[in-house]
Amino acid sequence: MTAITAHKPKKATSPILSVRDLKVHFSVPGKGLFAPDRKLRAVDGVNFDLYPGETLGVVGESGCGKSTLGRAILQLIPPSSGQVAWLGKDIVGAPHREMQPLRRDLQIIFQDPLASLNPRMTIGEIIAEPLVTHKPELGKDEIKVRVKRMMARVGLLPQMINRYPHEFSGGQCQRIGIARAMILEPKLIVCDEPVSALDVSIQAQIVNLLQELQREFDLSLIFISHDLSIVRHICHRIMVLYLGNVMELADRDSIYAAPRHPYTKALISAVPIPDPEIERNKERIVLTGDLPSPLSPPSGCVFRTRCPFAQDKCATASPTLDRVSETQEVACHFHDSIS
Amino acid sequence: MTTNHILTVENLTARFQTPDGEVAAVNNVNFHLDPGETLGVVGESGSGKTQIFMSIMGLLAKNGTSSGSVRYKDSEILNLPARELNKIRGVSMSMIFQDPMTSLNPYLKISKQMTEVLVEHRGMSEAEALKRAIAMLDRVGIPGAAQRVHMYPHEFSGGMRQRVMIAMALLCDPEVLIADEPTTALDVTVQAQILDLLRDLQKDFNTATVMITHDLGVVAGLCDRVMVMYGGRVVETGSVRDIYYDSHHPYTEGLLKSMPRIDHANEESLFAIPGQPPNLQNLPTGCAYQERCGYVMDRCCAERPVLTVFDQGRASACFREDGQ
Repeated sequence: MTAITAHKPKKATSPILSVRDLKVHFSVPGKGLFAPDRKLRAVDGVNFDLYPGETLGVVGESGCGKSTLGRAILQLIPPSSGQVAWLGKDIVGAPHREMQPLRRDLQIIFQDPLASLNPRMTIGEIIAEPLVTHKPELGKDEIKVRVKRMMARVGLLPQMINRYPHEFSGGQCQRIGIARAMILEPKLIVCDEPVSALDVSIQAQIVNLLQELQREFDLSLIFISHDLSIVRHICHRIMVLYLGNVMELADRDSIYAAPRHPYTKALISAVPIPDPEIERNKERIVLTGDLPSPLSPPSGCVFRTRCPFAQDKCATASPTLDRVSETQEVACHFHDSIS
Repeated sequence: MTTNHILTVENLTARFQTPDGEVAAVNNVNFHLDPGETLGVVGESGSGKTQIFMSIMGLLAKNGTSSGSVRYKDSEILNLPARELNKIRGVSMSMIFQDPMTSLNPYLKISKQMTEVLVEHRGMSEAEALKRAIAMLDRVGIPGAAQRVHMYPHEFSGGMRQRVMIAMALLCDPEVLIADEPTTALDVTVQAQILDLLRDLQKDFNTATVMITHDLGVVAGLCDRVMVMYGGRVVETGSVRDIYYDSHHPYTEGLLKSMPRIDHANEESLFAIPGQPPNLQNLPTGCAYQERCGYVMDRCCAERPVLTVFDQGRASACFREDGQ
């Protein structure tokens, strides 16, 4: 498989994160008392590079492995094999002692804003916790100053520092989660569906905040989402996952203007557009059936059971991710004939 | 008075008694539904969109009371005793919910859950009812319906469960189908399948449909008329084209502008409605949207704008409409 290089002409720096052939397999008890364990291939060979200041969107349906990928990159779930190189150094299997200082630069924001905050801590304590852990040399007053500064930056009133999470709305809780992730001024934040649980009018606020912070701190983001409209807005490059495999990886404009993989085409055409004329007259590719069980993925190309263009070859050989243009890579045997 | 409206709602109000005081979840809502049309009810969480239909169906939580008038054809149905209401709900009016797993009984096979209503309401024999249940599952696109009817809900995927819910709702050929966020819990490709199914079924059965959703994309593709809710009140109504191409209420306008679009490349930041959705327990005097509105005037903070008809089938609750 070829290594993937980002289309990022304005900066010819080296990537801050390089992921090579990353696999995460879980062991699931077999059916029956003495049946052998079965292997669930949640992430099955993912490659990409991420550059400073770049946002990579990871999209796919529930169960495609997008959250597992995000967590495996941060070593919150141990990868089964492959490499995750952070600033050129492989961190897979690194001992806790070596990982701990790196965690300052690697943060995460979760989907459910309230559930990811400890209900018994004040938001001041929640936002300060990373500082207390990673910068124990800081005095109490200095921590408080930094917490208040960060609260103001993410749009929370600093005088609310002694309140508890339940006193805040969903959008405000997500701001608290962002403040906690930002307080150490990290280089990379994995955003796992950060706006999915929020009301439409609040989603735009949070998306704008993330983009502002990105520009201000030259942050790299991995933006995991099932919402392709938001991904189009916020991401520079997009990776489409299906059953733990990359179907397509391309820069934003290429993938939305000319998706090459049948799955990407179907995903994009399935998103309802808030415009009656366009929505009623657009061409739609409706996939049949459901996502197959990741415990017994189809042979060959994992997408073939739902693919409207599947042929015999798809059942026997699994396609590799091929570069079809400078900015676009596709894993499909027939990407030339179907597009 | 006879109309051809299948459902007429007048001055519907729903209130809940909570330990922190009374919450007015739905206030003076008026609308009607004609045979075969699809009405979209749009709003954020807590806007009261679901509670309107829970009141109509007699499904309010124990601490809730509703008042006003709801007529199904010509008979009043609001607050009827359950025995009377059961002659209508599930038969002439059905409802499907967001989460199909929690609305199906996990202990009962699909066959039992589907035949019950036919045996009860239509006086069918078990065998006839089973045949009809299988035919309906087949119609909503469940492969191998004759075998799968004997399975339990947990043996179906999310999308298939929602199809089962739709099949159950359609068993007695209802004239009104109320769908409460029916695709919100589903993946986009499965959502597209379910929306296609709802469109097809509407063509076949001419069922009047209410689509309760927060997704303006879903409404754009499916609905004839739209009712926008904010803070427990209707703030704008109109045809789907009116609402999307000529919205009058600042909230509708803001909502449409704040949605990122998959069909547009946008390099600028998104338009965001500032502030938070209102707390129904603590609504400001005047317009509920005043704190987030870009056009706010002194009058908005003193007086509440009422929903005013300004054109055929169009109404908006905003003082800007008064032309000042």
